[in-house]
Amino acid sequence: MKQTYLILIKDLQQEFKTRYAINAILLFAVVTLSAVSFAIGTYTAGIQVLAALFWVILFFSSMSGLSHIFIREEETQTADTLKLVARPVHIFLGKFIFNLLLLVALEVVLVPLFIAAMNFKITSFAIFAMTLLIGNFGLAGGGTMVAAIISKASAKGALFTVLAFPILLPVLISGISATKKATEETALLSAQNELQALLAYSVIIITASILLFDYVWNE
Amino acid sequence: MRLLAKKIVKRYEDHIVLRNINFDISAGEALAIIGSNGSGKTTLVKILANLIAPTRGTIAYQIDGKTVPREQIYQYIGLVGPYLQLYQELTARENLYFFARMRNLPDYKERVADLMETLGLKGREDDTVKAYSSGMQQRLKYAAALLHRPKVLLVDEPRSNLDEKGIETVYYLLREQKKQGILIVATNDTEDLQLVDQTLKVEQA
Repeated sequence: MKQTYLILIKDLQQEFKTRYAINAILLFAVVTLSAVSFAIGTYTAGIQVLAALFWVILFFSSMSGLSHIFIREEETQTADTLKLVARPVHIFLGKFIFNLLLLVALEVVLVPLFIAAMNFKITSFAIFAMTLLIGNFGLAGGGTMVAAIISKASAKGALFTVLAFPILLPVLISGISATKKATEETALLSAQNELQALLAYSVIIITASILLFDYVWNE
Repeated sequence: MRLLAKKIVKRYEDHIVLRNINFDISAGEALAIIGSNGSGKTTLVKILANLIAPTRGTIAYQIDGKTVPREQIYQYIGLVGPYLQLYQELTARENLYFFARMRNLPDYKERVADLMETLGLKGREDDTVKAYSSGMQQRLKYAAALLHRPKVLLVDEPRSNLDEKGIETVYYLLREQKKQGILIVATNDTEDLQLVDQTLKVEQA
């Protein structure tokens, strides 16, 4: 685990110095939220629509930054340098945790802004927090793996979103449904099915990514 | 340490880059891979460094007759090449400390200080790599590759971007490497051949 930790710290050091991924992800979120807010205007959107809008903004904002972690290594020709000192599983885990932290930073900004701008009323913060927590693992797991796959291709940006969308669709569907429950119900158990689906997806995608990453990274 | 390459073939779709490459080299020996541009020198170096897989054939790193598992090869090799870059946003010290800690080296701070002094980079440790000239970056790549005293050092274009003093320093380090382990250089420069005792000519297949 020491290698995972060192790769994470290295990536955080690079990010603090360039602020590329965090700027991209936050600016995209704020601009999209503003556009949606202006578009809706005084119209009162239903709970289902608001939950869907929240996840659409979260999904596309994360798409603008999650791929950077591998694209940076390929574009600056440091991927091979990293291969010489680290095992693939540690590289994946280091990058996965970095993307997880990036998503948390995004949500710290996006959630209060969305609640304020869209008049989004949450009745169960427990369901909402659990949805985001587990959803983050799914988004970061799938996003990190797809980022590794597309980092060697040309037209990386467009390819990342196109490839990530079908893979991350279960997170979106379960996330929207659980977020809707967070505005209607108070008991955590009322969103049990959605949270279980999110958890199962996250476990599967992270396990599959760890098992397959060696092939993606070295081929 | 012994490095054996048997019947290495590398093919990209219909294009065969390397055809039937064989050699056997042991500690204390140095090999030069020579050949014209596009002949496959870099491809062979990358195969030896385990960065790409050969289409056919085997590479075996052996210690006391036992073959080192593929996933552990990285612990024994160092590589310097124009396609390997360091982290431009980080300082030279941050780069070298990162690589040293990744390799779990004890007393790595002293080793980094020694190498920085030997390579003429003392006093510039806290400059970011992007502030370095291309020659200084090349020296820093040698420091990164030699940190863990590799048993096999692979160098692609050893003199790349170096001035006369840099070449002198690097030649000294490469001769020291040859005394302790295996040295493999891929080069087009005949002056580099003074470092080696065997040559392997690769030709466009």
